[in-house]
Amino acid sequence: MTAAPAEPRREPIVSVRDLQVRFQTTDRRATVKAVDGVNFDVRRGETFGIIGESGSGKTTIGRALVFLLKPSAGAILHDGIDPTALSRSAFQSHRRDYQIIFQDPNAALNPRMTILASVLEPLELARVGSRAERERQAREALERVGLPQEFGERYPHQLSGGQKQRVVIARALTLRPKLIVCDEVVAALDMSIRGDVLNLFADLQRDLGLTYVFITHDLAVVSHISERVAVMYLGQFVELGPTEAVAERPLHPYTIALLSAEPRPLPSSMRTDARIVLQGEVPSPIDPPSGCRFRTRCPHAQALCAERAPDWRELKPDHWVACHFADRPNFSPN
Amino acid sequence: MGIGQPAQRGAEGARDGARPLMSVRGLGIRFKTAQGVWQATRKIDFDIAPGERVGIVGESGCGKTITGLSILRLLPGNFAGLDGKILFDGIDLASCSARQMRAIRGKRIAMIFQEPMSALDPVFTVGHQIAETLRVHTDISYDEARAKTLEMLRRVGIASPERRIDDYPHQLSGGMRQRVMIAASLICGPQLLIADEPTTALDVTVQAQILELLRDISQTSHTALMLITHDLGVVAEICTRMITMYAGEVIEDASVDEALVRPLHPYTSGLLRSLPHLSPRHGRLPSIPGRVPSIAEMPNGCRFRARCSHAVKGCEAEQPLQEAGGGRRVRCWRFAELNLPGALHPPESAAPAMVARQ
Ligand SMILES: Nc1ncnc2c1ncn2[C@@H]1O[C@H](COP(=O)(O)OP(=O)(O)OP(=O)(O)O)[C@@H](O)[C@H]1O
Ligand SMILES: Nc1ncnc2c1ncn2[C@@H]1O[C@H](COP(=O)(O)OP(=O)(O)OP(=O)(O)O)[C@@H](O)[C@H]1O
Ligand code: SF4
Ligand code: SF4
Ligand SMILES: [Mg+2]
Ligand SMILES: [Mg+2]
Repeated sequence: MTAAPAEPRREPIVSVRDLQVRFQTTDRRATVKAVDGVNFDVRRGETFGIIGESGSGKTTIGRALVFLLKPSAGAILHDGIDPTALSRSAFQSHRRDYQIIFQDPNAALNPRMTILASVLEPLELARVGSRAERERQAREALERVGLPQEFGERYPHQLSGGQKQRVVIARALTLRPKLIVCDEVVAALDMSIRGDVLNLFADLQRDLGLTYVFITHDLAVVSHISERVAVMYLGQFVELGPTEAVAERPLHPYTIALLSAEPRPLPSSMRTDARIVLQGEVPSPIDPPSGCRFRTRCPHAQALCAERAPDWRELKPDHWVACHFADRPNFSPN
Repeated sequence: MGIGQPAQRGAEGARDGARPLMSVRGLGIRFKTAQGVWQATRKIDFDIAPGERVGIVGESGCGKTITGLSILRLLPGNFAGLDGKILFDGIDLASCSARQMRAIRGKRIAMIFQEPMSALDPVFTVGHQIAETLRVHTDISYDEARAKTLEMLRRVGIASPERRIDDYPHQLSGGMRQRVMIAASLICGPQLLIADEPTTALDVTVQAQILELLRDISQTSHTALMLITHDLGVVAEICTRMITMYAGEVIEDASVDEALVRPLHPYTSGLLRSLPHLSPRHGRLPSIPGRVPSIAEMPNGCRFRARCSHAVKGCEAEQPLQEAGGGRRVRCWRFAELNLPGALHPPESAAPAMVARQ
């Protein structure tokens, strides 16, 4: 057992306040509101899941959380402090504690470096132990993600997609950061290896008190590993709550539609077609709809939905939602 | 489909009788590496009929992508040899001329690559990349190509495609890039589409839409689909047949319904039992103990032996891919006596996770 951290501090490991991130379009005539007013805390030692639409801003939030991207407005605090106020060198060492593992492993691996060299690199930059000690740690990390010795000498292009993804995971884990943003890190892995990697994540969390922000499209995975989950749609959170509650008693119509669309590994005789197919035009973050952003596709939209954006409110303890009608008793798709 | 008959997955893309669009026989690939020559895949045999939708599943690193790339002869620089035949509409893709291959690749057989960011060229706009595929293979004007590109971007669910068509790949989210790849692969109306993890970056509602599009194209244009994926839910959703690979070999080939309910190979069963749906929340996830043998030192006989709880004396003999009745094939001599569990029967209390109220 590692020593228990002295007196757990109260403040969350990350606080996000009214975060906005905008990008210019190619023709520079419009802005993409990739993230548009998001508020949440990540609690120390938890796994915080983010699910939602493709293109809704999940990766952008992840990059902002580890300061790979500057927010256009709003604030992100780590442990109650604003890292951008730190001196340059303090900021650099601070960043080591907040890592991100990207969706695309190729972006993180240098094609000219062997796998072992890639995993060693962050340890070398951090000047951890002796050369022999670093090499031992790097090999052990590769072993833990199921890549034996021989892989160390290979180059990225000689690995399969899932093997590269595991190298990137090994690399982030060697540094023992406090928080890791995991962006679709297990999508490229088969069920069995996915189980092993997720168990490894859980072990490290238990032993070292790691915090994870887990971005994924895999609902079974997110519901298995996270304590809380946020649902994103077009640059905003539409729902946030304990995983159990969001999974079993979702409050937002988008969440309900999302959950119903999960493909399930059942034979045809056992399939029920309970899927809610979202109709209507898919809006763009360049010019989002007025009022509630989901209204162009929401089966329950009313006149009010176009006029006024719904408030972000805590409808049940710890369970937040942005929908005018989420508290209607008969508010259910079926 | 007959009147009054329940919707049967097996009924479409019939595999019995229909002349295959592609027959792969004895396909294998070897690589040169610093440690010698490695046999990455071997003895791969399967057929795909026009309009058939086949899922290819298997352990990470078992050779799924390499098999797809071999069919299109997109081979890495250190490739040391290709064995076997790939008969596509009477042409052997393994031995045809480079010129014949170029005429087929992208037009008659298209591929959606596993890593959309690396497959897209960062210096060209996405619209340019899609339209070029069309212009290389057809005699079409710039304006027509652009109009078709816009239409295809809309079909894959890109919002405001006219404002996205001139974006560069880095300006798009992971899932948008993946959809651009899908649009590029479909634009020439291929007879065979090899889709390598085409929906991993998509949320489930967009995924459902893309799967519907693929199903529609396979039914209306008879495009055959070879869908490589780790998502067994996706296989169940649109495929008619499931081929399972392990350590460079095909180890099972069966209809999706049969494979899910009553797998015949212990590896397939182990994979199905690893589904997170089957285990209680926050508990440890099941996985198959042990590890795939190293490519450099493959054992003789059954390659799954060291991890198989059913291994006995006799398993060290070479395992052929044998007929198992009803058109099924399996690479395990004990298949008839083992009664292996499939993807059903979760433990009593654990309802499938994340299923909306019904
Ligand atoms: N560098 C950039 N320049 C311009 N637009 C960008 C840039 N990065 C992201 N965007 C846009 O911001 C929006 C959000 O993108 P983001 O990558 O965060 O989505 P996501 O939720 O991670 O989606 P996915 O699930 O598909 O990966 C998208 O509309 C995207 O096109
Ligand atoms: N250029 C290469 N040189 C040497 N070995 C290679 C090369 N490319 C792939 N391999 C090896 O061949 C095997 C098969 O790779 P492939 O990419 O086909 O796996 P895959 O089944 O697609 O896996 P994943 O699900 O992880 O994408 C892997 O063990 C991989 O390491
Ligand atoms: S506010 Fe209106 S449009 Fe938005 S989710 Fe609720 S009911 Fe639907
Ligand atoms: S041949 Fe033997 S070791 Fe191989 S899968 Fe069958 S029972 Fe297991
Ligand atoms: Mg993303
Ligand atoms: Mg692959």
